[in-house]
Amino acid sequence: MRTITRRAVAAAVLAGTLAVTVGGAFAESTADEIAKYREALQDGNPAELWEARGEEMWKAPRGPSHVSFARCDLGLGPGVVKGAYAQLPRYFPDASRVMDLETRLVWCMVNQQGYSEADATKTKFGNGSAHRSDLEALAAYVTAQSRGVKMNVALDEPHVRDMYRLGEKMFYYRGGTHDFACATCHGDDGKRIRLQDLPNLTKVEGAQKAYTTWPAYRVSQGELRTFQWRLNDCFRQQRFPELAFGSDASIALTAYLAGRANGAAYDGPAIKR
Amino acid sequence: MADPMKIRANLVGDSTEVKVLMSHEMETGQRKDSDGKTIPAWFIQRVKVTHNDKVVLAAQWGPAVSKNPFVSFKFKGGAKGDKVTITWVDNHDDTRTDEATIA
Repeated sequence: MRTITRRAVAAAVLAGTLAVTVGGAFAESTADEIAKYREALQDGNPAELWEARGEEMWKAPRGPSHVSFARCDLGLGPGVVKGAYAQLPRYFPDASRVMDLETRLVWCMVNQQGYSEADATKTKFGNGSAHRSDLEALAAYVTAQSRGVKMNVALDEPHVRDMYRLGEKMFYYRGGTHDFACATCHGDDGKRIRLQDLPNLTKVEGAQKAYTTWPAYRVSQGELRTFQWRLNDCFRQQRFPELAFGSDASIALTAYLAGRANGAAYDGPAIKR
Repeated sequence: MADPMKIRANLVGDSTEVKVLMSHEMETGQRKDSDGKTIPAWFIQRVKVTHNDKVVLAAQWGPAVSKNPFVSFKFKGGAKGDKVTITWVDNHDDTRTDEATIA
């Protein structure tokens, strides 16, 4: 009786070892293959098509007031885009609010170009050529002008620091039908959704790599997606209430993750599966 | 009117390397929308690339090519400053022609 049990245990242990080894090798090669796939696509990133459209839109007179974005201040002075994204979110005294890029673009469209808030945010996320998002194209253009610039969010500014702290709280806050926090998926190494490795955002390298590669062209959607979209979809996957576009909650999380990415060179718009 | 293509043409050794990004939906005709109706096929069927009025690439495409396609190829005989002209025609007979200078 005893020997039989021992043999059974030994067999089970052996089987366990095999399963772990095979599983590990599989996961590794899959991640390698996805990395190769990304590398192969890097050369012809369709995000450039969004950048080109965004540049045209940035320079052309728009809206009921017929003015361009030349007067739109992203934090480095009216019309300055070079390096602006690397310092967002930031506090804007003219709006008395901490804003991320998308919120600021909407602010300029409403306050300078004369759009209504509803018109400016009508197509937040594009869907095919019949429903294109101006915000996504503008974001692609503006962010591309920060490529290679080191992330430098002003965490010593009191308003931004408050937002950062709020974002940190939200990151670890568990809720919703699944009792999920952002940290549930993004708090450990080696977590994944299906075959996609998830970045560990509690580590500086993880946060840097993740934040500096958004916006990105999502091949599976054929669309360019911004950080507002990324957060919105994370909330959906967590079964949280929908994250309102440009809300303080979305900006707080953005401030937290952007602040954690400080010091890393911005590397977007990228391309992702 | 379709969006412009993004074209890069560079002389590498004795050949010209051309990289093109096209903006196109490339619907296969196999997908359905949220109402269950088939989304009609809409894709680029012909691509033609000329260098000094000489055709250097001609292709027939089908619905298997991805959305916003990327094409990369090389041809011999280009020189800096020459023009490369690319034209696509889709199954709606919509067409777009763009030009780039070899750098």
